[in-house]
Amino acid sequence: MRIRIVAGSSAPIYKQIVDAIRRTIATGELAVGETLPSVRQLAKELVINPNTVAKAYAELVQSGLVETQAGRGFFVTKRRCVYSKTERMRRLDESIQSLIGQAIAMDFTPDEALDRVRELFEKALRNPSHSN
Amino acid sequence: MSEIAIEASGLTRYYGSKPIVRQIDFAVPRGSVTGLLGLNGTGKTTTIRILVGLLAPTRGRSAVLGIDSQQLSPSDRARIGFAVEGHFLYNWMSVAACERFQSGTFPRWDSRLFRDTIDRFGISLDTKVSQLSRGQRAGVSLALTLSSLPELLILDDPALGLDPVNRRALNETILEFVQSGDRTALLSSHLLDDVERIADRILIMVNGRIAVDCPLESLVDRVSCCTVELDDDTTKLGQIPRLIHARRVGKRCVLTLVDFDSQTQDALQRIGGENLSRNPAAFDEAAIAYLSRSRGSESFFTPSQP
Repeated sequence: MRIRIVAGSSAPIYKQIVDAIRRTIATGELAVGETLPSVRQLAKELVINPNTVAKAYAELVQSGLVETQAGRGFFVTKRRCVYSKTERMRRLDESIQSLIGQAIAMDFTPDEALDRVRELFEKALRNPSHSN
Repeated sequence: MSEIAIEASGLTRYYGSKPIVRQIDFAVPRGSVTGLLGLNGTGKTTTIRILVGLLAPTRGRSAVLGIDSQQLSPSDRARIGFAVEGHFLYNWMSVAACERFQSGTFPRWDSRLFRDTIDRFGISLDTKVSQLSRGQRAGVSLALTLSSLPELLILDDPALGLDPVNRRALNETILEFVQSGDRTALLSSHLLDDVERIADRILIMVNGRIAVDCPLESLVDRVSCCTVELDDDTTKLGQIPRLIHARRVGKRCVLTLVDFDSQTQDALQRIGGENLSRNPAAFDEAAIAYLSRSRGSESFFTPSQP
Protein backbone atom coordinates (compact mmCIF):
# COMPACT_ATOMS: atom_id res chain seq x y z
CA MET A 1 0.00 0.00 0.00
CA ARG A 2 1.39 3.34 -1.00
CA ILE A 3 -0.06 6.52 0.52
CA ARG A 4 1.06 9.98 -0.38
CA ILE A 5 0.14 12.91 1.76
CA VAL A 6 0.63 16.60 1.17
CA ALA A 7 0.86 19.19 3.92
CA GLY A 8 -0.77 22.55 3.19
CA SER A 9 -3.57 20.93 1.19
CA SER A 10 -7.21 21.87 1.66
CA ALA A 11 -7.77 18.32 2.91
CA PRO A 12 -6.40 17.78 6.42
CA ILE A 13 -3.73 15.08 6.60
CA TYR A 14 -5.97 12.58 8.45
CA LYS A 15 -8.58 12.98 5.72
CA GLN A 16 -5.97 12.30 3.03
CA ILE A 17 -5.11 9.04 4.79
CA VAL A 18 -8.78 8.06 5.08
CA ASP A 19 -9.33 8.72 1.38
CA ALA A 20 -6.17 6.88 0.34
CA ILE A 21 -7.09 3.79 2.37
CA ARG A 22 -10.68 3.88 1.12
CA ARG A 23 -9.26 3.87 -2.40
CA THR A 24 -6.90 0.95 -1.79
CA ILE A 25 -9.82 -1.01 -0.33
CA ALA A 26 -12.11 -0.06 -3.21
CA THR A 27 -9.61 -1.15 -5.84
CA GLY A 28 -9.02 -4.42 -4.04
CA GLU A 29 -5.38 -3.65 -3.39
CA LEU A 30 -6.20 -4.28 0.26
CA ALA A 31 -8.53 -7.27 0.42
CA VAL A 32 -11.00 -8.25 3.13
CA GLY A 33 -9.15 -9.61 6.13
CA GLU A 34 -5.84 -7.98 5.29
CA THR A 35 -4.25 -5.85 7.98
CA LEU A 36 -3.39 -2.18 7.73
CA PRO A 37 0.05 -1.02 8.81
CA SER A 38 0.14 -0.21 12.53
CA VAL A 39 -0.43 3.39 13.59
CA ARG A 40 3.22 3.80 14.54
CA GLN A 41 4.51 2.20 11.40
CA LEU A 42 2.41 4.36 9.08
CA ALA A 43 3.23 7.51 11.08
CA LYS A 44 6.90 6.71 10.75
CA GLU A 45 6.64 6.01 7.06
CA LEU A 46 4.79 9.26 6.35
CA VAL A 47 6.77 11.30 8.92
CA ILE A 48 3.67 12.57 10.66
CA ASN A 49 2.30 12.64 14.18
CA PRO A 50 0.90 9.22 15.18
CA ASN A 51 -2.24 10.87 16.58
CA THR A 52 -3.10 11.92 13.04
CA VAL A 53 -2.94 8.31 11.85
CA ALA A 54 -4.95 7.21 14.89
CA LYS A 55 -7.65 9.73 14.00
CA ALA A 56 -7.77 8.47 10.40
CA TYR A 57 -8.06 4.86 11.57
CA ALA A 58 -10.80 5.80 14.02
CA GLU A 59 -12.76 7.31 11.16
CA LEU A 60 -12.29 4.19 9.02
CA VAL A 61 -13.51 2.05 11.92
CA GLN A 62 -16.47 4.38 12.38
CA SER A 63 -17.44 4.05 8.75
CA GLY A 64 -17.29 0.25 9.00
CA LEU A 65 -14.53 -0.29 6.44
CA VAL A 66 -12.00 -1.36 9.00
CA GLU A 67 -12.23 -3.29 12.24
CA THR A 68 -9.90 -3.45 15.15
CA GLN A 69 -9.20 -6.28 17.55
CA ALA A 70 -6.95 -5.93 20.53
CA GLY A 71 -3.53 -7.31 19.70
CA ARG A 72 -4.36 -7.91 16.05
CA GLY A 73 -4.34 -4.34 14.85
CA PHE A 74 -6.59 -2.95 12.14
CA PHE A 75 -7.91 -5.01 9.26
CA VAL A 76 -10.31 -4.65 6.36
CA THR A 77 -13.81 -5.88 7.13
CA LYS A 78 -16.42 -7.56 5.01
CA ARG A 79 -18.44 -4.81 3.49
CA ARG A 80 -21.74 -4.36 5.19
CA CYS A 81 -24.20 -1.55 5.19
CA VAL A 82 -23.72 0.73 8.14
CA TYR A 83 -26.34 3.25 7.08
CA SER A 84 -30.03 3.37 7.95
CA LYS A 85 -32.55 2.91 5.12
CA THR A 86 -33.20 6.62 4.71
CA GLU A 87 -29.54 7.56 5.00
CA ARG A 88 -28.67 4.97 2.39
CA MET A 89 -31.25 6.45 0.04
CA ARG A 90 -30.19 10.01 0.80
CA ARG A 91 -26.60 9.19 -0.11
CA LEU A 92 -27.63 7.52 -3.32
CA ASP A 93 -29.83 10.50 -4.26
CA GLU A 94 -26.98 12.87 -3.59
CA SER A 95 -24.72 11.11 -6.09
CA ILE A 96 -27.53 10.81 -8.61
CA GLN A 97 -28.29 14.53 -8.39
CA SER A 98 -24.74 15.39 -9.30
CA LEU A 99 -24.81 12.88 -12.14
CA ILE A 100 -28.06 14.34 -13.47
CA GLY A 101 -26.60 17.84 -13.28
CA GLN A 102 -23.60 16.77 -15.37
CA ALA A 103 -25.75 14.83 -17.83
CA ILE A 104 -28.08 17.79 -18.43
CA ALA A 105 -25.16 20.18 -18.84
CA MET A 106 -23.73 17.94 -21.55
CA ASP A 107 -27.07 17.37 -23.34
CA PHE A 108 -27.53 13.67 -22.58
CA THR A 109 -31.07 12.34 -22.78
CA PRO A 110 -32.35 10.42 -19.73
CA ASP A 111 -32.23 7.16 -21.71
CA GLU A 112 -28.67 7.67 -22.87
CA ALA A 113 -27.55 8.38 -19.32
CA LEU A 114 -29.50 5.45 -17.88
CA ASP A 115 -28.13 3.00 -20.45
CA ARG A 116 -24.62 4.09 -19.63
CA VAL A 117 -25.23 3.76 -15.89
CA ARG A 118 -26.59 0.25 -16.37
CA GLU A 119 -23.65 -0.72 -18.55
CA LEU A 120 -21.00 0.51 -16.12
CA PHE A 121 -22.88 -0.84 -13.11
CA GLU A 122 -22.94 -4.33 -14.57
CA LYS A 123 -19.32 -4.11 -15.55
CA ALA A 124 -18.44 -3.16 -11.99
CA LEU A 125 -20.34 -6.14 -10.59
CA ARG A 126 -18.54 -8.51 -12.97
CA ASN A 127 -15.19 -7.02 -12.03
CA PRO A 128 -15.44 -6.13 -8.35
CA SER A 129 -11.93 -4.76 -8.04
CA HIS A 130 -13.08 -1.59 -9.74
CA SER A 131 -16.23 -0.98 -7.79
CA ASN A 132 -16.57 0.88 -4.57
CA MET B 1 3.19 12.68 37.62
CA SER B 2 1.22 15.64 36.34
CA GLU B 3 -0.51 15.38 32.98
CA ILE B 4 0.62 18.90 32.15
CA ALA B 5 4.22 19.35 30.97
CA ILE B 6 4.23 23.13 30.60
CA GLU B 7 1.92 25.61 32.22
CA ALA B 8 1.79 29.40 32.07
CA SER B 9 -0.63 31.59 33.95
CA GLY B 10 -0.89 35.34 33.62
CA LEU B 11 2.65 35.33 32.25
CA THR B 12 3.77 38.86 31.40
CA ARG B 13 7.12 40.35 30.48
CA TYR B 14 8.04 43.96 29.79
CA TYR B 15 11.22 45.23 28.22
CA GLY B 16 11.39 48.75 29.62
CA SER B 17 7.88 50.11 29.20
CA LYS B 18 7.11 47.80 26.31
CA PRO B 19 5.03 44.68 27.00
CA ILE B 20 6.38 41.78 24.93
CA VAL B 21 4.47 38.92 26.52
CA ARG B 22 1.05 39.95 27.76
CA GLN B 23 -0.84 38.02 30.35
CA ILE B 24 -0.67 34.64 28.66
CA ASP B 25 -2.18 31.40 29.87
CA PHE B 26 -1.65 28.02 28.25
CA ALA B 27 -0.98 24.41 29.06
CA VAL B 28 0.97 21.80 27.09
CA PRO B 29 -0.20 18.25 27.89
CA ARG B 30 2.39 15.53 28.41
CA GLY B 31 3.08 13.42 25.36
CA SER B 32 2.07 16.09 22.88
CA VAL B 33 4.05 17.75 20.13
CA THR B 34 3.03 21.39 20.26
CA GLY B 35 3.83 23.82 17.48
CA LEU B 36 4.28 27.42 18.62
CA LEU B 37 3.53 29.77 15.75
CA GLY B 38 3.88 33.52 15.64
CA LEU B 39 5.39 36.24 13.50
CA ASN B 40 8.87 37.53 14.28
CA GLY B 41 8.83 39.74 17.35
CA THR B 42 5.56 38.45 18.85
CA GLY B 43 7.20 37.12 21.99
CA LYS B 44 7.82 33.44 21.19
CA THR B 45 11.47 33.44 22.18
CA THR B 46 10.79 35.60 25.24
CA THR B 47 8.12 33.13 26.34
CA ILE B 48 10.46 30.18 25.80
CA ARG B 49 13.25 31.89 27.73
CA ILE B 50 10.90 32.45 30.67
CA LEU B 51 9.73 28.81 30.54
CA VAL B 52 13.25 27.45 30.84
CA GLY B 53 14.14 29.92 33.59
CA LEU B 54 16.60 32.05 31.65
CA LEU B 55 14.45 35.14 32.09
CA ALA B 56 12.18 36.24 34.91
CA PRO B 57 8.63 37.24 34.11
CA THR B 58 7.46 40.72 35.09
CA ARG B 59 4.23 39.17 36.36
CA GLY B 60 2.61 35.76 36.40
CA ARG B 61 4.22 32.36 36.63
CA SER B 62 5.14 29.34 34.59
CA ALA B 63 6.02 25.77 35.43
CA VAL B 64 7.76 23.01 33.49
CA LEU B 65 7.39 19.35 34.53
CA GLY B 66 5.45 20.66 37.51
CA ILE B 67 8.30 22.84 38.80
CA ASP B 68 8.26 26.65 38.84
CA SER B 69 10.47 27.88 35.98
CA GLN B 70 12.25 30.30 38.31
CA GLN B 71 13.12 27.55 40.82
CA LEU B 72 14.67 24.93 38.53
CA SER B 73 17.56 23.07 40.13
CA PRO B 74 20.39 21.63 37.99
CA SER B 75 18.82 18.15 38.23
CA ASP B 76 15.45 19.58 37.08
CA ARG B 77 17.20 21.23 34.16
CA ALA B 78 18.76 17.91 33.19
CA ARG B 79 15.23 16.66 32.48
CA ILE B 80 14.67 19.45 29.95
CA GLY B 81 16.26 19.59 26.53
CA PHE B 82 16.43 23.16 25.30
CA ALA B 83 17.90 24.27 21.98
CA VAL B 84 18.31 28.00 21.45
CA GLU B 85 17.45 29.70 18.20
CA GLY B 86 20.29 29.68 15.67
CA HIS B 87 22.00 26.41 16.66
CA PHE B 88 24.84 27.94 18.62
CA LEU B 89 28.00 25.84 18.64
CA TYR B 90 31.67 26.66 19.28
CA ASN B 91 33.38 26.92 15.92
CA TRP B 92 36.76 25.66 17.09
CA MET B 93 35.40 22.35 18.38
CA SER B 94 35.03 19.09 16.50
CA VAL B 95 31.66 17.34 16.67
CA ALA B 96 33.21 14.79 19.05
CA ALA B 97 34.42 17.62 21.30
CA CYS B 98 30.92 19.12 21.30
CA GLU B 99 29.59 15.80 22.53
CA ARG B 100 32.23 15.47 25.27
CA PHE B 101 31.62 19.05 26.38
CA GLN B 102 27.84 18.70 26.52
CA SER B 103 27.71 15.18 27.99
CA GLY B 104 29.87 16.29 30.92
CA THR B 105 27.07 18.50 32.18
CA PHE B 106 24.33 15.85 32.16
CA PRO B 107 23.86 12.86 34.47
CA ARG B 108 22.58 10.67 31.63
CA TRP B 109 23.99 10.51 28.15
CA ASP B 110 23.10 8.25 25.21
CA SER B 111 26.11 8.19 22.86
CA ARG B 112 24.37 5.77 20.57
CA LEU B 113 21.51 8.21 20.07
CA PHE B 114 24.00 11.02 19.47
CA ARG B 115 25.74 9.02 16.76
CA ASP B 116 22.50 7.87 15.16
CA THR B 117 21.21 11.44 15.05
CA ILE B 118 24.29 13.02 13.50
CA ASP B 119 24.41 10.11 11.09
CA ARG B 120 20.94 10.98 9.90
CA PHE B 121 22.19 14.48 9.07
CA GLY B 122 25.23 13.03 7.29
CA ILE B 123 27.79 14.24 9.83
CA SER B 124 30.81 12.40 11.18
CA LEU B 125 32.35 12.84 14.65
CA ASP B 126 35.67 14.23 13.48
CA THR B 127 34.18 17.11 11.48
CA LYS B 128 35.03 20.60 12.69
CA VAL B 129 32.02 22.73 13.62
CA SER B 130 33.37 25.53 11.42
CA GLN B 131 33.02 23.22 8.41
CA LEU B 132 29.40 22.24 9.03
CA SER B 133 26.61 23.46 6.77
CA ARG B 134 23.67 25.19 8.39
CA GLY B 135 21.59 22.01 8.22
CA GLN B 136 24.40 20.01 9.78
CA ARG B 137 24.74 22.54 12.61
CA ALA B 138 21.05 22.00 13.27
CA GLY B 139 21.69 18.26 13.32
CA VAL B 140 24.52 18.55 15.84
CA SER B 141 22.51 20.93 17.98
CA LEU B 142 19.55 18.56 17.95
CA ALA B 143 21.75 15.54 18.73
CA LEU B 144 23.30 17.42 21.67
CA THR B 145 19.84 18.29 22.97
CA LEU B 146 18.34 14.80 22.64
CA SER B 147 21.21 12.69 23.90
CA SER B 148 20.68 13.69 27.53
CA LEU B 149 17.29 11.93 27.13
CA PRO B 150 15.16 14.84 28.38
CA GLU B 151 11.49 14.34 29.27
CA LEU B 152 10.65 17.72 27.83
CA LEU B 153 12.04 19.11 24.60
CA ILE B 154 11.86 22.85 23.93
CA LEU B 155 13.22 23.85 20.54
CA ASP B 156 13.35 27.47 19.44
CA ASP B 157 12.94 27.52 15.66
CA PRO B 158 14.91 24.32 15.00
CA ALA B 159 14.04 24.30 11.29
CA LEU B 160 15.37 27.78 10.56
CA GLY B 161 17.08 27.80 7.18
CA LEU B 162 17.08 24.03 6.62
CA ASP B 163 16.86 22.39 3.20
CA PRO B 164 14.07 19.86 2.54
CA VAL B 165 16.24 16.82 3.25
CA ASN B 166 17.42 18.15 6.60
CA ARG B 167 13.87 19.23 7.47
CA ARG B 168 12.75 15.69 6.97
CA ALA B 169 15.61 14.40 9.11
CA LEU B 170 14.62 16.91 11.79
CA ASN B 171 10.94 15.93 11.69
CA GLU B 172 11.75 12.22 11.83
CA THR B 173 14.13 12.71 14.72
CA ILE B 174 11.66 14.75 16.77
CA LEU B 175 8.77 12.35 16.18
CA GLU B 176 10.83 9.28 17.01
CA PHE B 177 12.23 10.86 20.11
CA VAL B 178 8.84 11.85 21.49
CA GLN B 179 7.47 8.37 20.81
CA SER B 180 10.41 6.61 22.40
CA GLY B 181 9.12 7.42 25.87
CA ASP B 182 6.70 9.53 27.82
CA ARG B 183 8.05 12.71 26.30
CA THR B 184 6.74 16.10 25.31
CA ALA B 185 7.95 18.62 22.74
CA LEU B 186 7.31 22.31 22.23
CA LEU B 187 8.79 23.83 19.12
CA SER B 188 8.48 27.23 17.57
CA SER B 189 8.50 27.39 13.80
CA HIS B 190 7.52 29.34 10.72
CA LEU B 191 7.22 26.23 8.57
CA LEU B 192 3.49 25.57 8.56
CA ASP B 193 3.76 22.41 6.43
CA ASP B 194 6.17 20.80 8.86
CA VAL B 195 4.11 21.83 11.86
CA GLU B 196 1.00 20.36 10.23
CA ARG B 197 2.82 17.05 9.87
CA ILE B 198 4.44 16.65 13.24
CA ALA B 199 2.38 18.64 15.75
CA ASP B 200 -0.81 17.52 17.43
CA ARG B 201 -1.37 20.80 19.28
CA ILE B 202 -1.09 24.38 18.15
CA LEU B 203 -0.29 27.57 20.01
CA ILE B 204 -0.48 30.79 18.02
CA MET B 205 0.91 34.00 19.48
CA VAL B 206 -0.23 37.36 18.17
CA ASN B 207 1.17 40.58 19.63
CA GLY B 208 2.36 38.96 22.82
CA ARG B 209 -0.90 37.12 23.46
CA ILE B 210 -2.09 33.58 22.85
CA ALA B 211 -4.68 33.65 20.07
CA VAL B 212 -5.00 29.88 19.63
CA ASP B 213 -4.40 27.00 22.02
CA CYS B 214 -6.04 23.80 20.81
CA PRO B 215 -5.49 20.42 19.15
CA LEU B 216 -4.37 20.84 15.55
CA GLU B 217 -7.42 19.06 14.18
CA SER B 218 -9.90 21.32 15.98
CA LEU B 219 -8.22 24.33 14.41
CA VAL B 220 -8.81 22.78 11.00
CA ASP B 221 -12.33 21.62 11.86
CA ARG B 222 -13.52 24.95 13.25
CA VAL B 223 -12.05 27.45 10.82
CA SER B 224 -13.63 28.05 7.43
CA CYS B 225 -13.13 30.46 4.55
CA CYS B 226 -15.95 32.33 2.92
CA THR B 227 -15.89 34.53 -0.18
CA VAL B 228 -18.37 37.40 -0.24
CA GLU B 229 -19.05 40.36 -2.48
CA LEU B 230 -18.89 43.57 -0.49
CA ASP B 231 -18.95 47.27 -1.27
CA ASP B 232 -16.05 49.44 -0.19
CA ASP B 233 -17.28 49.92 3.35
CA THR B 234 -15.12 47.39 5.14
CA THR B 235 -15.99 48.84 8.56
CA LYS B 236 -19.12 46.68 8.36
CA LEU B 237 -16.92 43.63 8.71
CA GLY B 238 -16.65 44.44 12.41
CA GLN B 239 -20.26 43.24 12.79
CA ILE B 240 -19.44 39.70 11.76
CA PRO B 241 -19.07 37.49 14.81
CA ARG B 242 -15.96 35.32 15.10
CA LEU B 243 -14.26 36.82 12.08
CA ILE B 244 -10.54 36.05 12.22
CA HIS B 245 -9.33 37.86 9.18
CA ALA B 246 -10.59 39.51 6.02
CA ARG B 247 -8.64 39.89 2.83
CA ARG B 248 -9.73 41.86 -0.19
CA VAL B 249 -9.30 40.26 -3.63
CA GLY B 250 -10.63 42.67 -6.25
CA LYS B 251 -14.35 43.17 -5.67
CA ARG B 252 -14.54 40.24 -3.34
CA CYS B 253 -13.55 39.67 0.19
CA VAL B 254 -12.17 36.40 1.55
CA LEU B 255 -13.26 36.03 5.15
CA THR B 256 -11.73 33.52 7.51
CA LEU B 257 -14.13 32.63 10.30
CA VAL B 258 -14.19 30.35 13.28
CA ASP B 259 -17.29 28.34 14.29
CA PHE B 260 -19.46 29.51 11.39
CA ASP B 261 -23.12 29.29 12.37
CA SER B 262 -26.50 30.89 11.72
CA GLN B 263 -25.40 34.05 13.56
CA THR B 264 -22.51 34.45 11.16
CA GLN B 265 -24.80 33.75 8.24
CA ASP B 266 -27.28 36.39 9.46
CA ALA B 267 -24.56 38.96 9.98
CA LEU B 268 -23.27 38.37 6.45
CA GLN B 269 -26.75 38.92 5.08
CA ARG B 270 -27.31 42.05 7.20
CA ILE B 271 -24.22 43.78 5.90
CA GLY B 272 -25.31 42.99 2.38
CA GLY B 273 -22.49 40.64 1.51
CA GLU B 274 -23.87 37.98 -0.76
CA ASN B 275 -22.63 34.65 0.48
CA LEU B 276 -20.83 33.16 -2.48
CA SER B 277 -19.11 30.09 -1.15
CA ARG B 278 -17.74 28.55 1.99
CA ASN B 279 -15.02 25.94 2.35
CA PRO B 280 -13.22 24.39 5.28
CA ALA B 281 -9.88 26.14 5.76
CA ALA B 282 -6.64 24.30 5.18
CA PHE B 283 -4.27 24.30 8.15
CA ASP B 284 -2.01 26.95 6.64
CA GLU B 285 -4.94 29.20 5.72
CA ALA B 286 -6.26 29.03 9.27
CA ALA B 287 -2.84 29.71 10.76
CA ILE B 288 -2.05 32.57 8.38
CA ALA B 289 -5.43 34.16 9.09
CA TYR B 290 -4.60 34.32 12.79
CA LEU B 291 -1.05 35.45 12.15
CA SER B 292 -2.21 38.30 9.93
CA ARG B 293 -4.87 39.56 12.27
CA SER B 294 -4.60 43.24 12.80
CA ARG B 295 -7.89 43.97 14.44
CA GLY B 296 -8.01 43.83 18.21
CA SER B 297 -6.32 41.07 20.09
CA GLU B 298 -9.21 39.31 21.75
CA SER B 299 -8.90 35.59 21.70
CA PHE B 300 -11.27 33.27 19.90
CA PHE B 301 -9.64 30.02 20.92
CA THR B 302 -9.06 29.82 24.61
CA PRO B 303 -8.62 26.70 26.70
CA SER B 304 -12.06 27.28 28.23
CA GLN B 305 -13.72 26.77 24.87
CA PRO B 306 -14.45 23.13 23.92
